[in-house]
Amino acid sequence: MQSGAAQGEALNAKGSAKPNLVGVLALQGDVVEHVAALERAGAQAIAVKTPADLERVAALVIPGGESTTVVRLLDRFGLVEPIKARVRAGMPLWGTCMGMIVAAHDVAGMEQPTLDLIDITVRRNAFGRQNDSAEIPMVIPALGSQPFPAIFIRAPWIERVGPSVELLAERDGHGVMVRSGNVLGTSFHPELTSDPRVHAYFLTMVAEAAKHVGKASSAA
Amino acid sequence: MEEKGTLTVKRGLAQMLKGGVIMDVVTPEQAVIAQEAGAVAVMALERIPAEIRAQGGVARMSSLELIQGIMDAVTIPVMAKVRIGHFAEAQVLQSIGVDYIDESEVLTPADDLYHVDKHAFTTPFVCGARDLGEALRRVTEGAAMIRSKGEAGSGNIVEAVRHIRAIRDAISTLTTVPKEELVARARDIGASYELVREVAETGKLPVVLFCAGGVSTPADAALMMQLGAEGIFVGSGIFKSNDPKKFARAIVDATTHYNDPKIVADACRSLGMADAMPGIDLRKLPESELLATRGN
Repeated sequence: MQSGAAQGEALNAKGSAKPNLVGVLALQGDVVEHVAALERAGAQAIAVKTPADLERVAALVIPGGESTTVVRLLDRFGLVEPIKARVRAGMPLWGTCMGMIVAAHDVAGMEQPTLDLIDITVRRNAFGRQNDSAEIPMVIPALGSQPFPAIFIRAPWIERVGPSVELLAERDGHGVMVRSGNVLGTSFHPELTSDPRVHAYFLTMVAEAAKHVGKASSAA
Repeated sequence: MEEKGTLTVKRGLAQMLKGGVIMDVVTPEQAVIAQEAGAVAVMALERIPAEIRAQGGVARMSSLELIQGIMDAVTIPVMAKVRIGHFAEAQVLQSIGVDYIDESEVLTPADDLYHVDKHAFTTPFVCGARDLGEALRRVTEGAAMIRSKGEAGSGNIVEAVRHIRAIRDAISTLTTVPKEELVARARDIGASYELVREVAETGKLPVVLFCAGGVSTPADAALMMQLGAEGIFVGSGIFKSNDPKKFARAIVDATTHYNDPKIVADACRSLGMADAMPGIDLRKLPESELLATRGN
């Protein structure tokens, strides 16, 4: 982990990542929806399939999809350590649904491997199977007073949050949106709506991280 | 106020499956193998298409015990098939909570005129299509996902290629024709004007498009993805091969990295000397044995 973090910092210091380019992990899932939503929110975005792609981006979104599939492919194609190193060195990460499961510390009641990048325990398919998938307008204070059209699809909930984690939204008493430093997680799918607020929220995290990198390199 | 069964959440689950492989399985053990290999969903059925083809007789919805056993064995979505037009089988599958219903030409059609009114269901439906008109008729009926029909259980990719190309070419033509032609184009392909106009404007189907029917190797999967499929159904190709675990993984890898021939080559190499399922030359099949012509 130590050497991984050092490697990540080296990458940032070299400036090989473009400061405002956001990657969307493209091993499987609703990738183009995220790319389009990020572009609507004013960012440049690319699909990330390889460690070389990852080096080009300043932030990463892990989209919706199937976590068992993506965990296997991350391992198969050598992306686990590079992603961990970059995120631990400060790269902003946002996981939606499957992405949040993959980023979590652990999965309740299962032996499923994760990237362990945010101190939460998630429960998969916690709101039910597809027949319980739902659209719910939710007031999320971090996004303002207008309800956000949250779309839950075989969605997980957040069963435990660590002390460093801020709970940003709940549905029926279960966590569905969290942030810890440079890592954001949502149980729902903002990329399936035309409401850009969660993407815009993530882009402010990306801008903050860029400032830190700027300071670090000017200090050096 | 929460709303379930909306078009957005029905189409949304298919969006989450994109870039993935959906595998036919006939036992809970096969479902677990599929999940471990990286399948994004499984299709639970009693007999895979190659067996239905070989054994003949009337093919119906699978036993609920089998489907339930598979739902209990895996965490990924579980799909199951109903006969074309058999809305009562679909009601039963919805009541036990399957995640997607495939109104499938692989089973013996129950209605030779009408498909199920899929808007009446909370559970989303996937339907087969050979061309854009057929795809859009199914979307009008409420299908939340479309797949090519291919020729299931044949191990032969030629029909799937034909169907995906036909859909893609028709879409690309619609994006170039003058607006005043769209009403006539809609009439010609037997689709609603509203959907034809939407396709002409967006250049894509309003729902996710997968390939099905005849995929049996990693290169088949890469071919279909490059032709514009957004994901792959593999029916007989995995569990009719002589090394299902290897085939399942190799097809998943090739589907993800379909545009990287080196990785597709690695996937092919990983099979070693394992044999793909035996195939059928479709030109030698009598018309009465073709599955893709069922339903229109």
